[in-house]
Amino acid sequence: MNATVKTDPTAELRNRHRWRPVEALPWLTAFAAFALLPDYAALGTQIIIMIIFALSMDLILGYAGVVSLGHAAYFGAGAYATGMLSALLGWNEPLTGLLAGGLAGGALGLLSGLVLLRYHGLTLLMLTLAFAILLQEAANTAAPVTGGFDGLQGISIDPIFGLFENDLWGHHYYWYSLSILFLVFLVARRIVHSPFGRSLVGVRENVRRMNAIGTPVFGRLVAVYTISAAMAGIAGGLFAQSNAYVTLDVLDFARSGTVLIVLVLGGTGRLYGAFLGGAVYMVLEDELARISPEFWEIGVGLVLIAVVLFFRGGLLGASDALMRLIRGRSPR
Amino acid sequence: MSAALQLTGLDKHFGALHVTRGVDLTLEAGARHALIGPNGAGKTTLVNLVTGMLTPDAGKVSLNGRDITGLGQAERVRAGIARTFQINQLFRGLSALENVVLALSEREGIARQIWQPAGTNSAILDEAMAILSSLGVGADAGKTISGLPYGRQRLIEIAITLALKPRVLLLDEPAAGVPSVESDVILDVIAGLPSDIAILIIEHDMDVVFRFASRISVLVDGGVLTEGTPDEIARDPEVRAVYLGEESHG
Amino acid sequence: MEALISILFDGLAYAMLLFIISVGLSVTMGLMGFVNLAHGAFAMVGGYVLVTLMTGYGLPFVAALVIAPVIVGIGSIPFERFLYAPLYKAGELDQVLLSIGLVFVTIGVVTFIYGPAPPAIPMPEFLTGQVNLGFREVPTYRFFIILIGCVMMAILWFAFERTLLGAKIRAAVDNRRMAQSVGIDVDRLFVLVFAIGSGLAALGGGLAIEIVGMSPTFAIQYLVFFLIVVAVGGLGSMGGAFVAAIVLGVLDTAGKYLWPDGGAFFIYAATVAILLYRPAGLFGRAS
Repeated sequence: MNATVKTDPTAELRNRHRWRPVEALPWLTAFAAFALLPDYAALGTQIIIMIIFALSMDLILGYAGVVSLGHAAYFGAGAYATGMLSALLGWNEPLTGLLAGGLAGGALGLLSGLVLLRYHGLTLLMLTLAFAILLQEAANTAAPVTGGFDGLQGISIDPIFGLFENDLWGHHYYWYSLSILFLVFLVARRIVHSPFGRSLVGVRENVRRMNAIGTPVFGRLVAVYTISAAMAGIAGGLFAQSNAYVTLDVLDFARSGTVLIVLVLGGTGRLYGAFLGGAVYMVLEDELARISPEFWEIGVGLVLIAVVLFFRGGLLGASDALMRLIRGRSPR
Repeated sequence: MSAALQLTGLDKHFGALHVTRGVDLTLEAGARHALIGPNGAGKTTLVNLVTGMLTPDAGKVSLNGRDITGLGQAERVRAGIARTFQINQLFRGLSALENVVLALSEREGIARQIWQPAGTNSAILDEAMAILSSLGVGADAGKTISGLPYGRQRLIEIAITLALKPRVLLLDEPAAGVPSVESDVILDVIAGLPSDIAILIIEHDMDVVFRFASRISVLVDGGVLTEGTPDEIARDPEVRAVYLGEESHG
Repeated sequence: MEALISILFDGLAYAMLLFIISVGLSVTMGLMGFVNLAHGAFAMVGGYVLVTLMTGYGLPFVAALVIAPVIVGIGSIPFERFLYAPLYKAGELDQVLLSIGLVFVTIGVVTFIYGPAPPAIPMPEFLTGQVNLGFREVPTYRFFIILIGCVMMAILWFAFERTLLGAKIRAAVDNRRMAQSVGIDVDRLFVLVFAIGSGLAALGGGLAIEIVGMSPTFAIQYLVFFLIVVAVGGLGSMGGAFVAAIVLGVLDTAGKYLWPDGGAFFIYAATVAILLYRPAGLFGRAS
């Protein structure tokens, strides 16, 4: 680094939000994947849904530092809202149905967040876990409305814009979900680069200092939690629409755990970790779990342990370190 | 003309432990007031009561005549109180610049903005640079806190409080833990702080206290033993007795 | 009335099981603040080790019930030293993820070795059937479990409250830094507590085989209940774990008998209610 060249230290902060060429990569990959493997479009849609879900998790976990073991509660709320709108009320328009899913997730997020976010540590962990299970039990008990253990049947979604129905190959829904992902991502990206988003990082890094600079921490957390829950609800709504079927699994602890694993695997606090983790996890699961479920389970466990102990930044962090190594600087 | 900060009869118990006993203290605008006392006297507890981290069992805290005893921490900061911590409380993974920017964003009320990118707030970035430069750490602006020497971190801690444009500034042992080669810089900075801010400084180092303070309160066992000018305190036999055998810590 | 006593009895047996498994988790979490979601896995491994001891080595039930916990307790030490210890200062997320990872590996390995079907063990004669308590006849095995649970509680209480070691543990749970500064070797204490806790979990796992059944999913299936017992009882409180286990065990059993469709709801609702009102648990200390 040439010591006599004056670099503006504010430059990094001024330009952080600008789009970089490499950010086109996920979308190019999505296009290429469809072009090369059109038969996997249905899997692609589910991957996209997982990415949206993981993005919502990144907002609260990666940026605000809130650890939740029950985020599936909002995914499930969205799935059931969208599903019941169609199955029970005959409202089959996809875009408004999806919006309803987002609203359901967001509303539940706001109400529960006002209560839950007063706690932290183990208590918060337990409360988020218990809340999601409670919701699952409630959905089970409300079988006449939710379909209970057998699941919600009779979901029939109209073609999008009256033209694109959920065909057998899942092609239309691939592009539909990808568009939704793009919109959700744009919103998430704006949020994390805004002063609000940066203040969340502050809360995560040192909440004591945030209090000491006058931040209304609770209000910020409730706000991001609500937004995150709405996004999770949208992911759930897409799930209901693409599968035309909703079971109690959408509220499962396994689902909450999986999105956590996916995000950590990809790398938290980067937004793109959701993309990488979601794609890698679901592709590997699709391939490996089929061959041997036990070894898939052992593999996931070992990878998790390795990430926690050695690769704190997940796949993104590891690739960053690799890039630094290649460029000749020592990894920090 | 009301005092910048007025503590009246502040009282606090932790269970059976009486940690703050009816403390009275007044800071005029521009005050340079030191709070001294043996370890465990309750100095940091008092600061926590003033900033709202702790709620008093009895007593009143007033800022420019306004009773703020019922306000929470964040509200008190917005009303004009800022503090540094005995052990640095910074955002260690962020750059020095961003540490100050976060404080400025809160002060300016733009931290609630959810759509505009933070990088477009040019005025805030410029002001943050200016504050860091005024404390002599402008060159560290782009560096991550965890990579900086402790003394510079301490200066950034002070920079954050200045960013809040406080009326009252509470410095909790600002030179603590800093090697003596760096502590001079800190002390110069403190001496050069704006003269309209009322400053209360907790210190153990008597050289610093006598150099900096125009008034001193001595806190012992949670209560104010005595208060006066540096000369009065230096000559007070009771104070001497409390500190007998205790050399000043550097 | 008959049904009520049955429910109470079954509930108490289930409660003792929960207590025996969860008490180790409560003390280790209270001592080191480590969120260990793999505790259920130690219980599960204990159950399977017992199965192997009995079916592979022909040991009688009671003997295996003594040996399996020792094996698991000692076997848990390398995990504590190499996987857990590096994370004591880390945040909850890392601890949660590490322990979940460990659970997955354990489930996968157990499924691979033993298969997914619940294993069966030959129960000794004297533990089958009913035993006459004078005023009533009760199932012998459940009575056995309740006895063991109470005996364990008594032993643990005595060790905790009346021995020097117990005092050290209580001191370290109360204020770790203070304990260290008066010379208590907290790290070594923790290894001991961890091993004993894991051993107890294994004991519970062995006992659980004939009551709730054992399978590779045991580790996750019942994890929620162990966590509830710990969180509701209060970290580091043995008495709290005991009370919480009884409340949870009886409520859950009653719920399943009286309201098969929605009985489980009560447990979670009760948990949320208790934690909202007392975040540190019934007997925990608010930090």
